[in-house]
Amino acid sequence: MKLVTAIIKPFKLDEVREALSAIGVQGITVTEVKGFGRQKGHTELYRGAEYVVDFLPKLKIEVAIKSELLEAAIEAIEKAANTGKIGDGKIFVYELEKVIRIRTGEVDAAAL
Amino acid sequence: MKRLLAVLALAGFVFAGTASAQDKTAPTADKPAAAAPAAAEAKPAPAVEAKKEEAKAEAKPAPTPNKGDTAWMLTSTALVLMMSVPALALFYGGMVRSKNTLSMLMQVFVVFSLVTVLWCIYGYSLAFTEGNAYFGGFDRLFLKGTFDPAKGEFSMAATFSKGTPLYELVFVAFQATFAAITCCLVLGAIAERAKFSAVLVFIVIWFTLAYAPIAHMVWFWLGPDAYTSAKVVDEMNAKAGLLWQWGALDFAGGTVVHINSGVAGLVGAYLIGKRVGYGKEALMPHNLTLTMIGAALLWTGWFGFNAGSALEANGIAGLAFINTYLATACAVLSWTFGEAVFKGKPSMLGAASGAVAGLVAITPAAGNVGIAGAFVIGLAAGLVCLWGVNGLKRVLRADDSLDVFGVHAVGGILGALLTGVFNDPSLGGPGFPNNWFEMKPGFESIGAQVLTQAKAVGVTVLWSGIVAAIAYKLVDLTIGLRVSEDEEREGLDVASHGEAAYRL
Repeated sequence: MKLVTAIIKPFKLDEVREALSAIGVQGITVTEVKGFGRQKGHTELYRGAEYVVDFLPKLKIEVAIKSELLEAAIEAIEKAANTGKIGDGKIFVYELEKVIRIRTGEVDAAAL
Repeated sequence: MKRLLAVLALAGFVFAGTASAQDKTAPTADKPAAAAPAAAEAKPAPAVEAKKEEAKAEAKPAPTPNKGDTAWMLTSTALVLMMSVPALALFYGGMVRSKNTLSMLMQVFVVFSLVTVLWCIYGYSLAFTEGNAYFGGFDRLFLKGTFDPAKGEFSMAATFSKGTPLYELVFVAFQATFAAITCCLVLGAIAERAKFSAVLVFIVIWFTLAYAPIAHMVWFWLGPDAYTSAKVVDEMNAKAGLLWQWGALDFAGGTVVHINSGVAGLVGAYLIGKRVGYGKEALMPHNLTLTMIGAALLWTGWFGFNAGSALEANGIAGLAFINTYLATACAVLSWTFGEAVFKGKPSMLGAASGAVAGLVAITPAAGNVGIAGAFVIGLAAGLVCLWGVNGLKRVLRADDSLDVFGVHAVGGILGALLTGVFNDPSLGGPGFPNNWFEMKPGFESIGAQVLTQAKAVGVTVLWSGIVAAIAYKLVDLTIGLRVSEDEEREGLDVASHGEAAYRL
């Protein structure tokens, strides 16, 4: 099993959710986050006063999936979240040791 | 207990003041409405001719105020109060960060009240009674002599028409709101970091030494009824304020209100220093909805401010009204257009600021220019003040938090100068009388009038700037202008007032 974490542009959430649902992903966790990567912060001007935007608002989505879905999930997120412009985000993939559904006590694949 | 004693002492003082005032009212009350506030208690006129003229005038029954004028001026006064609390407070309150909302509202609310009290104690007397060319006198301390309850008689103030007086108390109230809102305007420049007590002490000094004298210099004169013959014209002129004598035109307060407060704001922004995080963090308005409501109420209230400054419900009031309406609409459009062109997106803050810029610029011009003037002044104000809060602001390098200088001083100067242009009857302006006895047209040339206007602007800028600098320094050395850095980061709502605007 894998845990896929992706940082995406906030307005891309709906497209990413639809793309993941389409390949059979059962659940997603979304968090509003702030951060910077290559896009970094930038200087903006507000009424003659400069300010630096260090952290840009992003969404972090977390998806737990069976290993065989990994390639499809990555492809789905990549396609859906892509605008071609700097700041589209990143995808991180982790090994997932164990999953437990709290209500029933089912574990691993059955709990996904 | 100590406080209670202080209150009692003050109340006693006030009572003594008014009681002695009533004694002095009697001999002056039966004089004909000599128009100007001070004229009622004026010393005997030196010129013998003038005395004869006065004697003739006394034979006629004293003119009484027009009820329509009185009703309009009372309404206007209430409208100007609405411009400050709530309108200015909301306009400013929306532009600060949420943690400083209440501090902004509180400062406006309390300063408005403070100045109103000072106005009735000595401010009115200092601004609108006879003194020298710079300051008035102390004849009207605690408004003594304005009402004689024994006889049921009220003293009269001048309007701009002969034989058309106004109850002086109505004039006192109307002008009180001007003094109070001017002091409130300054607060935007030092918002989000000033110590509450420092603000109040500064305002007392600045109001006394800058607002009152400039109001006297620009607006004090003996009124049209004092000009009883050609011979007294020079004598009566010499008793007016300095800038009035120069022939500077300021219908409702371009110099007195806007340049005055804008300059005091800028000096404050320099002396108090930049906000923590300025130039690095985004110090954004937290609620532009409040700002829009504030700007809209300002626009509404400004009809009292400008059209009320005609002091009568007449055609000039109507002219000032439509000019105020039209120039503001023009400025909203030009600021919005300018922002769309130069920034890419027209903002709500821009439209609201444009409205205020237009209102400010038309203030000195309102009853002094024709419709063409309103178009040009409004359109120019939107663009020039847009530069004032962007290009000029970057050059000035001061953290004028809510752009008091960029909008009020810049807009006020623009309006004051253009008043000198569009007062020209050949450009649709009404002109002004050359002297108040002969009442011939006094407008000479655009060049000459603009020069006069520029001199008035210069005096206001220097006077206000110097007084403000001294006052801020005094306050800084005694109680300190700024809150601590920790308090500033925490927000003045909690740090200074112990409450929060929003509990979510």
